[in-house]
Amino acid sequence: MSFYILRRILYAIPIAFGVSVVCFSLVYIAPGDPLQTVMPPDATAETIEIVKKAYGFDKPLPMQFLIWLGRVLTGDFGMSISTRRPVFLEVSEALANTSLLALFAVPLAFFTGYVMGAIAGCFPGRWIDRVVTGAAVVGVSLPNYWLGIVLVIFFAVEYMLLPATGMGPNGSTGFHILEWSSAKFLVLPVITLSMIPVGILSRTTRAAVAEVHNQDFVQTLRAKGLSEWAVTRHVLKNSLPQVLAVMGLQFGYLLGGSILVETVFTWPGSGFLLSKAIINRDVPVLQGTILTLSLVFVAINLVVDLLQSVIDPRIRRA
Amino acid sequence: MADIAELHSPLEAFEEQAAPATRVRGYWRSVAHRLRHDPVTLIFGAAVLLIVLAALFAPWIAPFDPYKESIVGRLKPFGWRDHLLGTDELGRDMLSRILYGGRVSLLMGVVPVLIASLIGGLLGIIGGFVGGRVNTAIMRTMDVFYAFPSVLLAVAIAGAMGGGIGNGMLALTLVFIPPMCRVAETATTQVRALDYIEAARATGAGTIKIIRYHVLGNVLGPVFVYASSLVSVSILLASGLSFLGLGVRPPVPDWGLMLSTLRQSIYVVPFVCALPGAAIFVTSICFNLVSDGLRAAMDVRM
Repeated sequence: MSFYILRRILYAIPIAFGVSVVCFSLVYIAPGDPLQTVMPPDATAETIEIVKKAYGFDKPLPMQFLIWLGRVLTGDFGMSISTRRPVFLEVSEALANTSLLALFAVPLAFFTGYVMGAIAGCFPGRWIDRVVTGAAVVGVSLPNYWLGIVLVIFFAVEYMLLPATGMGPNGSTGFHILEWSSAKFLVLPVITLSMIPVGILSRTTRAAVAEVHNQDFVQTLRAKGLSEWAVTRHVLKNSLPQVLAVMGLQFGYLLGGSILVETVFTWPGSGFLLSKAIINRDVPVLQGTILTLSLVFVAINLVVDLLQSVIDPRIRRA
Repeated sequence: MADIAELHSPLEAFEEQAAPATRVRGYWRSVAHRLRHDPVTLIFGAAVLLIVLAALFAPWIAPFDPYKESIVGRLKPFGWRDHLLGTDELGRDMLSRILYGGRVSLLMGVVPVLIASLIGGLLGIIGGFVGGRVNTAIMRTMDVFYAFPSVLLAVAIAGAMGGGIGNGMLALTLVFIPPMCRVAETATTQVRALDYIEAARATGAGTIKIIRYHVLGNVLGPVFVYASSLVSVSILLASGLSFLGLGVRPPVPDWGLMLSTLRQSIYVVPFVCALPGAAIFVTSICFNLVSDGLRAAMDVRM
C-alpha cells in the first residue's frame, strides 16, 4: 500500500514538471516579443537591451526556464502588467473566490449526478432510466455560459428574485455566507456551474452501475437469498471506483468551466481573472492562473487515485 | 398419444426456427441495419443534416444581409418588420446572422476534430504498435496535456496566441489530440497481441501492411465514434472561446460572439439575446445524440 502511494506521488512529479514547461512556453508562443506589452513603442534599442537583461530575456531558454521555475517555487509569479500587483496575490485571492463556488457546486453536482445515475442504472430500460438519460444528454450539451444568461433572464430580469451578477450588494465589505443578502449571489453561479458535471456524472454512474449489475457475482448474491436492497448496496460499492475517477476529472472541468461561468456572472474568481487577463493581454497573470489551476487539478487527480486504491485494492497491483 | 405429440411439438418448433439458416450480415451491413431501426438517431441525424444545409446555403435562404446595420431598428423583438427573430444591438437581422453564424461554428466544431483524429490517431497507432520506449515517450507527453482541464488548455493556448479563428482552431486541435491518441493507442494495443497479427507476420507481411490491413480496421471504429462525440464538445468550446473574445472577431457572425455582445442587452430584448446560445445548444445536442446512436450501432465500447 505505502509502496503504491509513493509510486503514485513520484509519478505526479514529472507531470507537474511538464505542466510548468507548458505554462512557461505560453509566454513564447505569444506573437511578438514578450517585452512588447511592457515597453513603450518609442523605446530605443539600448533601453530594450537593458530591460531584456533586467528581466533575464537575454539568457538561453533552458536557463530562463530554471530561473522562472525557481521563482515560481518560492511563490513569486511576477507582476501583473495591468494592475502592477504581484500575480501571486491576484491569483490566490481569485482562487479563494472560486473555491467558494466549488464548495457548493461540487457537492451539489456530485450528489445529484450520482443519485440520478445510480437510480437509472438500477432500472435499465425503465421510464426513470429514460428520463435520466435524456436529462444527462441535455446536461452535457448545454453551453454553461448560455445557461447562465438564461437563468439571469428568468430570475433576475423577468422575476427579479435573484441578483444577476457580482459577489455581494454594492458597497458591501466582504462576503458573509450566512446572510441571505450575500448568499443569494451564489445561487445562480453554483447552479450553472454544476449542470454539466451532473450530466456527465449521471451518465457515467448509470453505465457503471448497469455494467456491474450484469456481472455474475450479482446473480450469486441473489441466489444466496440476499434482499434486493443488499444486492444494490454491493453493486453500488463495486461501481464506485469508476465513478470516483470521473468525479476527479469533473472537479477539474469545474475549475476550467468556471472561466466562462464566472465571466457571465462577473464573479471575481480565477476564471474571471483569466478572462480579464486575456482582454488586457496580461501574460504573467494568464500564466500564473493557468499554472495554479492545472497544479490544483494534478493534485486532485492524485488524491482521487489514492482514494480509489483505498476503495479497490485491485488497483494497487496494476 | 397425446404425450408423444406434446413431446414432439417443441422439437418441431425448434427445427422450424433453426432450419432457415440466417445469412450472416457483414459488419457494416449490421451497423446500417441497427441504425435504420433507431428512430432517435435517424431523427437527430436529419436535424444535423438540416443544420449543416442551413449553414451551407445561408446566402440563399437568409432574408437579410447579416452585416446590414440599421440605426432605428436596433434591438427589436421577434417579428418586428419582417425580422422574424428580431434584430441585434446594431440593427442587424438575427435570423440571417444565426444562419450565417452556423458556418463558423460548424467549421470550428468539425475541423479541429478532423485534424486531431488524424494526428492523434496516427500517434496512437504508432505508440500502440511499436510499444516500448516509443509508446512511453508518446503517452507520457500526452499525460502532461491531460493534466490540464480542456477548457483551460484551449483558453491558455488561444489566449497566449491572441485569438482569431485560426488560433482558436489550432488551440482546439491541440486539446483534442491527447484523448484521441489515447483511444487509438488502447485499440491498437488490444489488437497487437492477437494471434492473427502474428500469423500475418509469419506469412511475411511488413509492418506497414499489417497496420494497413489488420490494425487500421480495428482502430477506425473507436476513433470515428470518439471523434463524433468530440464534435459537440468542440462546438461548445469554440463558441466559448468566441464568447471570451478569443475566437471569431467582430463583425463576423458567430454564435458564441453574438451571445457575448448581446449579453449587454438582456434587459431590453431578453429572449432575442438568448437565441444564439439556443442555436449552440440545439446543434450540440443533435451531434451528441447522433454520436450516441453511432456508438450503439457500431458496438464500440470505450
